[in-house]
Amino acid sequence: MNPAIVISAEDNVATALEALEVGQTIQAGDATVQVAETIPRGHKVALLAIRAGAVIVKYGSPIGHASSDIAAGAHVHTHNVSSERGRGDLAQAGAR
Amino acid sequence: MTQAFLGYKRPGGQVGVRNHVLVVPTVICAAVVAERIAAAIAPIGAALPHLAGCGQIGPDLSVTHDTLAAYTRHPNVGAVIVVALGCEQVVAQYLADCARQAGKDARIVSIQGEGGTVRATARGIEIARELAVTLGRVEREWCPASSLVLSVKCGGSDYTSGLASNPVVGRVADTLVDMGGSVVLGEIAEIMGAEHLLAARASTPAAAAHLLRLVNRVEAEAMALGLDIRGTQPSPGNIRGGLTTIEEKSLGATHKAGQRTRLEEVVPYAGRITKPGLTVMDTPGLDVESVTGMVGGGAQVVLFTTGLGTPTGNPIAPVIKITGNARTAETMADNTDIDVSAVLTHAESFESAAARVFEDMCEVASGRPAAAERLGHREFAIHRRNATI
Repeated sequence: MNPAIVISAEDNVATALEALEVGQTIQAGDATVQVAETIPRGHKVALLAIRAGAVIVKYGSPIGHASSDIAAGAHVHTHNVSSERGRGDLAQAGAR
Repeated sequence: MTQAFLGYKRPGGQVGVRNHVLVVPTVICAAVVAERIAAAIAPIGAALPHLAGCGQIGPDLSVTHDTLAAYTRHPNVGAVIVVALGCEQVVAQYLADCARQAGKDARIVSIQGEGGTVRATARGIEIARELAVTLGRVEREWCPASSLVLSVKCGGSDYTSGLASNPVVGRVADTLVDMGGSVVLGEIAEIMGAEHLLAARASTPAAAAHLLRLVNRVEAEAMALGLDIRGTQPSPGNIRGGLTTIEEKSLGATHKAGQRTRLEEVVPYAGRITKPGLTVMDTPGLDVESVTGMVGGGAQVVLFTTGLGTPTGNPIAPVIKITGNARTAETMADNTDIDVSAVLTHAESFESAAARVFEDMCEVASGRPAAAERLGHREFAIHRRNATI
């Protein structure tokens, strides 16, 4: 069984069904990705290198953008992904 | 697949899955008396203790009034006792009239009128016992599944919600709508990021525009606070569970409304659901306020998916808990009705899991208590639109 699940062919992240350890490989379509850091169960792992500002895609739809460069196999979560929605903090910063 | 359940046929063609004596306090001051009256005829008695009924103005008062009225008309209710204090804003006579217009026996007990807590409670219990005897004689009859209005809800979401339990419930929603039934989805904040998918399935441009207006309003409300909505959406528990942004949570959450259901209408909080197909209701994301509104709109049964596990019930409608997290199914076993985690490992197909959920939903609709009912979970909270005056 693949320890991570890719929902849509357009996705650039997979969801770990069990905690993933460094060096473990996961299958995403034809590609094989080596896990670069510990990924807790239920969290996301990058299937390819994602540049800062690029869109993160899950379920075939955008779920936010990379707030820093993300390496293939890295943990993708709140530390390196920003939401586009409900960002009153940014609206206020822009208004100042 | 089962296409029928044993329900209570009401005047006007509605069908109930429970036959409660509803004990409604008009105001918080009458809540304790109402709860004591309902407890005297448990489990048929159902009280609606709430925090408002006075000190309210404008839309906030209307929402309280309309929500209480909606419960008095609800098909899961067989008869109504309104417990008034006597000097509040919510009008006892109006609530009793709403129940009678829906063909139900309705009585009013006034605490000031009866002369205090002890007399009002005693009078209420006397009436409650009489109504319970009458309702106890009503027989269930076979009703088509298409007479169900199904509320779909998720709470305590984790990564399994979007991958397993919500897609399973979505298939149940698709099947029910194919049969001619209705599905209601609330929680506008948790549509944010997935609204394009729902709007594309709207049956009219007006319904799509209404949905987009609502999502924009909720986003604007969050923006007006000058804060990142990530303080609450996703919740801290969602984030620990692996959900990163509201977009991700919403995309997973909207799966539970089905893949091919057409969005027919957008209704206000506790507004009546009248159309077969998918209705979106304007509710907040807080679980209990959201379920309270959707049941008020006429949902007789709730399919509630959870990753982390949660106890939420409702005073008059069964809330069925479905999890895609095998650990939660074990650790929160008493709160869990159905475990669909096997779809994650492909040990069970989505179709098979959905068929099990549909079957269970019909059994619960026919009278088998859901876990939340067995545990006495009767959470009820009316959404407030502005602060108490």
